[in-house]
Amino acid sequence: MTTQENEKFYQEVLDICLTAGRLMIEGGSEMYRVEDTMMRIAHNAGVEDPRVFATPTGIFMSLDGGDLMQMKQVRDRNINLELVDRVNELSRQFANRKINLTQLREKIIEVASDTPTYPLWLQILGAATFSATLMVLFMDDYDWVDFPAAAVVGTIGYVFYVYFKRYTNIRFLSELMAAMVMGLVTIGIHALFKQTVVDNILIGALMTLVPGLAITNALRDLFMGDLLSGVVRMFEAALTALALGGGVAIVIKFLGA
Amino acid sequence: MPLWLEILINIIFSYLASVGFALTINVPHRALNLSGISGIVGWMVYWIAARVGMGRMLSNLLGAFVIGILGLIFARIKKCPVTVFNIPALVPLVPGVPAYQAVRSLVNGDTNGGEAAILRVAVVTCAIALGILLSTMFTEMLSRTKKFYRTRHNRYNS
Repeated sequence: MTTQENEKFYQEVLDICLTAGRLMIEGGSEMYRVEDTMMRIAHNAGVEDPRVFATPTGIFMSLDGGDLMQMKQVRDRNINLELVDRVNELSRQFANRKINLTQLREKIIEVASDTPTYPLWLQILGAATFSATLMVLFMDDYDWVDFPAAAVVGTIGYVFYVYFKRYTNIRFLSELMAAMVMGLVTIGIHALFKQTVVDNILIGALMTLVPGLAITNALRDLFMGDLLSGVVRMFEAALTALALGGGVAIVIKFLGA
Repeated sequence: MPLWLEILINIIFSYLASVGFALTINVPHRALNLSGISGIVGWMVYWIAARVGMGRMLSNLLGAFVIGILGLIFARIKKCPVTVFNIPALVPLVPGVPAYQAVRSLVNGDTNGGEAAILRVAVVTCAIALGILLSTMFTEMLSRTKKFYRTRHNRYNS
């Protein structure tokens, strides 16, 4: 039942769907959205009954009428919403027949190879603003002494995290090291300026790395019925939190604060 | 500090915090401003609810609920996925303080305090997730009733 050119078509559809799914998981999308987008692309390409199973570490997909059943592993997962938005937009265009299958393939490969990101200085500026402002929002006592300190520590920690991540393949190590650097800098600042509060500064600065959103996402996956991906994501978030807490704990334990 | 200044600071800072976080996670350009606005509304709802004395769980739930509904509306307008607006907007609600306190008490050897703080983190996280879930359910219900009335109306006309 699988003729030569049919097989080629099925292979192409599978390739496109798997790449799209991988990109969306790498961008931090919810699982039901990943599965939905892949199904939609396959449907609109003319496959009657696509079957998809997506987890945070790998995607499986098979199509009816073909003998093909393939999978793709997902190695790194972080939050990059531009990816999710791009793939969603492409899928929408494909559904509206604005682009055909070949163009969709080209565009998805283009998204995979270079996604537009904000320049590093803007990201660092973002990290600085939001660690300082969140510190004020959280503590609710409006102490302006720690305001610049939280911005400085948040910036240094974030820069360190970004650069360290490029040099290591071990997951969670960059979080641990960044947390340790943040702790060291904070204690240094506290030694110089006695009126600062170590806890306030660290709460603001650590928010750049805290996986609170990953936990929320995991719970949403669980509620939506994607039990496997919910559990996996929850565990990943817990490990990240452990790495951050461990980093801060080591520094505080050794230096005292 | 007078109340109006406090409110003003809260509004400005929640906007800055949401947009700053949105920059670090690479939110698309056209969604930046709206995610900040959704962050303001969510945080102010939480803040007012906490001020009125609704307790930690209910106020987080309300904030997340409002953020979820705004995210769905903005997603319709801008044709983006909902996550793009929700994730930056939820940042101010994330339980950062109890999480840090848990680590801090565990380091000091205060196991009881650590457990209490971890439990608080769990409660707040569950409340946020429930709020988002309820908002999804709410909009689904709304669109379904709308569809129901439209079909009934058509039947009467024909």
